[in-house]
Amino acid sequence: MATLSEALEFASATDPGRVRAHNEDSIGTDPGIGLAVLADGMGGYNAGEVASGIAVAVVSAEIKRVMTGRSLSRIEAATGLTEAERLAVEHIAKANTSIFEAARSQPQYSGMGTTLVLALFFDNRMCVAHVGDSRLYRLRGESFEQITRDHSLLQEQIDSGMITREAAKLSQNKNLVTRALGIDAEVETEVHVYDTQPGDTYLLCSDGLSDMVEDEDMHLTLSSLQANLQLAADQLVQQANDNGGRDNISVILVKVKDDYAAPTGWIARLLSWFK
Amino acid sequence: MAKLILSLDGTVMREVPLDKERLTIGRRQSNDLQIDNLAVSGEHALIVTILNDSFLEDLGSTNGTLVNGVPIKKHILQHNDVIEIGKYKLKYLADTVATGVLGGTSAEFEKTMVIRPSTAARAAEVGAGKGFGAAQVGVTATQPGPVGQQSGSISGQYARSGVQPPPTASHVSAPPTGTQSGIQTRPGPVQTNVHPLGAQPGQLLGAIQILTGPSAGKELELVKNLTTLGKPGVQVAVITRRPQGYFITHVEGANFPIVNGRTLDAQAHPLRDHDVVELAGVKMEFFHKGS
Repeated sequence: MATLSEALEFASATDPGRVRAHNEDSIGTDPGIGLAVLADGMGGYNAGEVASGIAVAVVSAEIKRVMTGRSLSRIEAATGLTEAERLAVEHIAKANTSIFEAARSQPQYSGMGTTLVLALFFDNRMCVAHVGDSRLYRLRGESFEQITRDHSLLQEQIDSGMITREAAKLSQNKNLVTRALGIDAEVETEVHVYDTQPGDTYLLCSDGLSDMVEDEDMHLTLSSLQANLQLAADQLVQQANDNGGRDNISVILVKVKDDYAAPTGWIARLLSWFK
Repeated sequence: MAKLILSLDGTVMREVPLDKERLTIGRRQSNDLQIDNLAVSGEHALIVTILNDSFLEDLGSTNGTLVNGVPIKKHILQHNDVIEIGKYKLKYLADTVATGVLGGTSAEFEKTMVIRPSTAARAAEVGAGKGFGAAQVGVTATQPGPVGQQSGSISGQYARSGVQPPPTASHVSAPPTGTQSGIQTRPGPVQTNVHPLGAQPGQLLGAIQILTGPSAGKELELVKNLTTLGKPGVQVAVITRRPQGYFITHVEGANFPIVNGRTLDAQAHPLRDHDVVELAGVKMEFFHKGS
């Protein structure tokens, strides 16, 4: 039985792109607890960086702090959510409060906000939480799929049948998100749990990648360069830049190399603490 | 603000700003844009504008509506589209230099903003179901005013009770410097950037010819963005096709590719016409096939 850090391989890249002077995206990975977090900040001057930075820092640190010894697969009777989902929602809410308070108390941060997508791997599964239009894709075998659904005006227009997916690529309204952290006292996080399989590769990205690089090119890159995950991440960023690099570009790749079922029984669990 | 330029036989007749959420076009006087010509139906077409997007819909006209020569029922307008209604032409000019209430450069205008779910729902609702016109009355009633004002109200909604300074969207990032300015002042549809390969006039197509080994003589055209070569698990390299040309990069294996007798490092290496690449014991030649 592989531990999380043996079973998962992480690679990431972030770049300001070719147009913007600042990189307002933030990324964080913690292979030890199987966590990847990506945030795309918005707001004037450096406020966007502040918001996305707070989001990644708070979520990563808090989840790490409370995780030791917990069984993330345990299901809470009242809500039917796994412990992983509960942790994700709770700590994204904390990050939201931090950003909201900072924005309220400091005029230079007023109006700042951020999107967020996180993947928390546990027990051959993955908890995916997101707010806004940062995405998670999955490459499994030959199929490359977008797992998250954007919280954006465009997505709502697609859902209501007003625009086709093809026409959406031509829309000028790509930049309007309907949910973000830091904008309100409360945030509505979308959270799901998915089974993972050895061989899967997951891609978390900001819209600076998904708006600039076609899904099929992301697919080709991931499937061709599986053997070198860091090169794949760098190539994705480079393609976005070659296509114009109109926004900040961030990418986290997580490859599932092995089984990582949670140890069962208290002795196994105890032993796993000392690994 | 986006606008339409109305012309007949090459003579510009008037400029029509798309400052309303709905702009109707037809022969009858009740239309926002009246074209008094028998080839034009009484209620011929409709343009719904939501923030930066304008949607054209033919309202079942007798003679149809063309965009760039193609008959359409519904169409999302792109900068420089030419709409034809009878003998009349309407050229659509997108808001290239964003000068709306947010008053700034285009790059800033493109920055991510938050739109309230309620507003979003209304915007998404316009035209859902029966067509763009479906929810028109309700929308017009609750959300009057030009496009510019709409975007203002969206960002303004979280500028609480007048205490806060301007909303997120109106903050400016540092102005572009030098070479970047060309990019920043050209906010055309993202689509123009999405197919870089098709849009690289004059970029030479590269190919690889195997020189040694069992496949000697075989030729491989490098049409894709990425082409991997070698033996998985032993030695693999990738050739990437970029606007600047072709590059080779080591992917996996203990040995790095050799180009013209020199072993590469982990960095991408540009390929020139007739470079000889050695990979997993096989020699191959890179060459340009002509465009």
